[in-house]
Amino acid sequence: MWIQSTMVTYGPHAAVTETLSWVMIIGAVLIFLLVMALAALAILAQGRMRGWMTGRKFIIGLGIIFPVVTLTALLTWGLSISRALVTGEPPVLRVEVIGERWWWRVHYVDADGAVRLVSANEIKVPTGRSIEFVLKTQDVIHSFWVPSLAGKLDMIPGRVNVTRFSADRPGIYRGQCAEYCGAQHALMAFYVIALPPDQFEAWYAREATPPVAPVIPLLARGKALFMENGCGACHTIRGTSAAGLIGPDLTYVGGRRSIAAGTYPTNVGTLAGWVSSSQHLKPDNLMPSFGNLQGEELRAIAAYLESLK
Amino acid sequence: MSDATFQGGIADTRVGQEGQPVRLPNPAPRPEGELEELKRVWEQPKGIHFISAVNNNYVGVWYVGTAFLFFVLAGILALIMRTQLAQPELRLVGHELYNQLFTMHGTIMMFLFAVPMVEALSVFLLPNMQAARDLPFPRLSAYAFWAYFFGGLAFFTSLFFGLAPNGGWFMYPPLTSYIYSPGINADFWLLGIGFIEISAIAGAIEIIVGVLKTRAPGQSLDKLPVYSWAMLVFALMVIVAFPAIIAATLLLELERAFHWPIFIAEKGGDPLLWQHLFWFFGHPEVYVIFLPAAGMVSMIVPTMARTPLVGYRLVVLAVIGTGFLSFGLWVHHMFTTGLPQLSLSFFSAASMAVSIPTGIQVFAWIATIASGKLQNKTPAYFILGFLFIFVLGGLTGVMVAMVPFDWQAHDTYFIVAHLHYVLIGGMVFPMFAAFYYWAPVASQRSLSETLGKWAFWLIFIGVNVTFFTMHITGLMGMPRRTYTYIAEMGWGTLNLISTLGAYMIGAGVLVFLIDLAKNFRPYKGDLGNVWNAGTLEWLPSGNYQTRSIPIITSREPMWDQPSLADDVEAGRYYLPGAPTRGRETIVTSPIDATAQYVLQIPGPSWRTVFAAFFTASFFIGLTIKLYIPAFICGVLAVVCVIWWLWDTDPGPAEVGDIDIGGGLRLPTYVTGSMNHSWWAMIILMIVTGMVFSCIVFSYLFLWTVNPSIWPTSAAALPPIGWPIGAAALLIASSLLVWLAGRRLSQVPERSAWPTRTALFVAVPMLIGSVALEVFGQLEMGLRPSESGYGAVVFSLASYQGFVVAVLAIMGLYTVVRSLTGRLNRVRRSTFDNTQLFWHYGVAQGLVALLIIHAFPRFLG
Repeated sequence: MWIQSTMVTYGPHAAVTETLSWVMIIGAVLIFLLVMALAALAILAQGRMRGWMTGRKFIIGLGIIFPVVTLTALLTWGLSISRALVTGEPPVLRVEVIGERWWWRVHYVDADGAVRLVSANEIKVPTGRSIEFVLKTQDVIHSFWVPSLAGKLDMIPGRVNVTRFSADRPGIYRGQCAEYCGAQHALMAFYVIALPPDQFEAWYAREATPPVAPVIPLLARGKALFMENGCGACHTIRGTSAAGLIGPDLTYVGGRRSIAAGTYPTNVGTLAGWVSSSQHLKPDNLMPSFGNLQGEELRAIAAYLESLK
Repeated sequence: MSDATFQGGIADTRVGQEGQPVRLPNPAPRPEGELEELKRVWEQPKGIHFISAVNNNYVGVWYVGTAFLFFVLAGILALIMRTQLAQPELRLVGHELYNQLFTMHGTIMMFLFAVPMVEALSVFLLPNMQAARDLPFPRLSAYAFWAYFFGGLAFFTSLFFGLAPNGGWFMYPPLTSYIYSPGINADFWLLGIGFIEISAIAGAIEIIVGVLKTRAPGQSLDKLPVYSWAMLVFALMVIVAFPAIIAATLLLELERAFHWPIFIAEKGGDPLLWQHLFWFFGHPEVYVIFLPAAGMVSMIVPTMARTPLVGYRLVVLAVIGTGFLSFGLWVHHMFTTGLPQLSLSFFSAASMAVSIPTGIQVFAWIATIASGKLQNKTPAYFILGFLFIFVLGGLTGVMVAMVPFDWQAHDTYFIVAHLHYVLIGGMVFPMFAAFYYWAPVASQRSLSETLGKWAFWLIFIGVNVTFFTMHITGLMGMPRRTYTYIAEMGWGTLNLISTLGAYMIGAGVLVFLIDLAKNFRPYKGDLGNVWNAGTLEWLPSGNYQTRSIPIITSREPMWDQPSLADDVEAGRYYLPGAPTRGRETIVTSPIDATAQYVLQIPGPSWRTVFAAFFTASFFIGLTIKLYIPAFICGVLAVVCVIWWLWDTDPGPAEVGDIDIGGGLRLPTYVTGSMNHSWWAMIILMIVTGMVFSCIVFSYLFLWTVNPSIWPTSAAALPPIGWPIGAAALLIASSLLVWLAGRRLSQVPERSAWPTRTALFVAVPMLIGSVALEVFGQLEMGLRPSESGYGAVVFSLASYQGFVVAVLAIMGLYTVVRSLTGRLNRVRRSTFDNTQLFWHYGVAQGLVALLIIHAFPRFLG
């Protein structure tokens, strides 16, 4: 629980905002109590006790001077925080995230912007390093948001937005689309998984090589069925003939926490269910249900996909 | 009419006479039959013709009732949504319906409930509070009401056909454009809401002229009720802000219908342009809803505390200040779009600054309560509930004005909580306070104190249970506009609590409805000054409002002028009868409210009902793509509007100048800047100019985003001869109309034919100027559907074409008025208004030509 909370934070970006939140929450409660106490006094107190509240001085003091002083202080502090959040240290890793209806395309890019590695709905990052996220969209406006690491930033057609943040310690942090983007906006989530830098390097190196062709008969049959049924028209599995670009890259789909953009945990059962009835599980998403497949065929495909890790 | 006319009885109404005894202008007892005549003139039509009533007491009550109906309907939609969210992964309603539900809930609450409700209340209250017999344009408010009634209900029924809009109430493209929303759902929103905004603007024009021109003599600006001030600022904000949404819906509808890519990035448009236009309207909208409610609170608090408002001047300044500041905040809805840090800082500071005028009002109300003794009555409960909820909403508003906090809270349930605290606190609670407080003005029976307190506690606790919880849900990461959430997120309990609270609010509203059904009996007279209040709406009244129109010497005349009610009722004040044998009211000067003339106001009419029906049908026909019936309805709507206008420029009454009492003789017809319709025309020009400015802004905005698609040399533009020809035609037409006006001042001594001919010839010149511009662009190969540049250039031309079409109708209408002998040297308001708008239209055309043809040349 609370893997997507703004108040349970694991990165410097979100932590600063959390502090700001607490300061403002406490301040707001105190001011609220003050105003309510004054109102109660105005209604209930004896005439002498509330005489001081009846003039222009009271209105000017509390309605003008008090807010000017507190708000100026708050604003000065808040602006200095947001400036610090925007500049930050230079990045060690650049990840391009492209919003799609209703999932996330993930590109690890080098300094020149060339794509080095493709994934979907999950971003693995090294801890303690500043990561630059380059945010784009394929269709409508989406908003990229991982509350326990940082605030959100929109993905807008025709524009590229860039943000930098980092995770303090290893962990699984959930993110979700924050700008309403149509039918399945509710089920458009992703995970950021922070690994210690050495583990991250190892993962990255392995992920960059294509998966080995399956030798177990069930998996080999699953692969064959995957190709026969035309899945490769939309999906890519590196090292195979599947090179479609419409849907998420599935090269190491078995190694990701979730399928359907943070909606279901990855296992043979959910994968099989998704292939046969994706329109039931996430209606109006852009993948058709393959209801024509037999149970045994589904099991083979699901087992093959699950083995890609 | 000479200045000498205004000497005499007027001395009583000057500033500085506060508390002085008033010299009563008319002797009592009044002549036999005078009251009967007044009653006959203001009598309501019977039977089915009841619907043709136009005066504010009737239209106001229907208007409030319809707005409340939409409040209940949108509330029911909210309950369906809350039920769906009560548990994770429920499948009660699917995403399709849910997305329509939240779009409709937001849209209806904002456009069909909140804004119409505050306008409706003022249609009812303003003339009462200012002792005017009616609003200056009763048929305009009737039209605004019926257009809203027909249009709103048709809009709502789209839900039953699964055709309701589903793009969220702020309708961000590209999601809502033709590529990602091919159905007609979005068109329902664009045409429906665009149309209802026209009705809101009509109401605003009525309110501005009503507040400025139809007041009790002596009710100078410094004695104006705070509510009237708030409504004046409200209406001014409407005429500046709402044109932005009209321009935006127009541009998006052009994109959807004809694929003009204003908001499509690949073709040189920009989706962020929509957000700027929408929030330039959308943020002031919040204050547009809040200010009238705050105005009502400033009226109710003094009565409930039995003491005048403390800090009247500060409160009025705060209301005006809020109006100005609210236009500098719109970007705080766009903090997460990646705008430069500097502009974020500016809008962050402005967003905080707006809390200061609000703070002034809050402490002024507390100070007022402290100086009196608050009564233990239902309106006071709702006022205190308002303070509690609204102050909390204001404080979370300061929080989200902080940029880093907003990056987290934006588009989460924290925002849902914040906006409901502000709007329910800032508008719904004052509305209920107003219902309980003012019911005795409209009804023969008060609403029940017992049921009222039940309703209060249910709604008050329900709102806090529902929405306070949502702050936490939002901070725990739940985004808004999601039809479901997975169990693993841990949001289940929080959502269940919110759902239970929502049902509590529903129960509270139900109790109120029961109270209404049991006790609310309108149109049968009022109950008198039950609260012992200080302002004029508590004078004894009939459908004609007050028997005679009082002279006011203070802000709370009912407290300071002890025998006021008796003298008014005895007819001792101004205009105790109906000397023109028709409906009439006194028009006063805008600042110190000295009587200027007696306005003859039109009575009941079916014409406005038909006009509204056909206007609504026209827009609905366009939406559901029945173009031929839509076209027929459009023509019928124009015909009905002309039919309605036909007897609104009556000329001087047959009885000549009228003695309203105290030797004060007033004319029954004036022209020029004293005339009420002159004011309305000026306001209409501001509205039109704002729509135009928004399209010009779009042109410049798209240029800053995509300068590469702009023509860089004169060769890429139509040859200079085209625009010069168009400009020459525009200027020549204005000249002709001016000459027609000069000549009209000699009619009927000399022939009216030169006037008619000049007007008649000027019309094709205007049309020719638009044609030249359009053909010039087409000749150069520019097509509106090919680029953002082409789209915005043709949008400018289209809007100019629309204004020209209106002018053509106005010009020909004026010619017909002349041909039928209804236009001459004296009776010339119709011509004056046509002339004003004409010169405006020409100026707009010249600016458009300058932007389109000179701006790129200047760059090149």
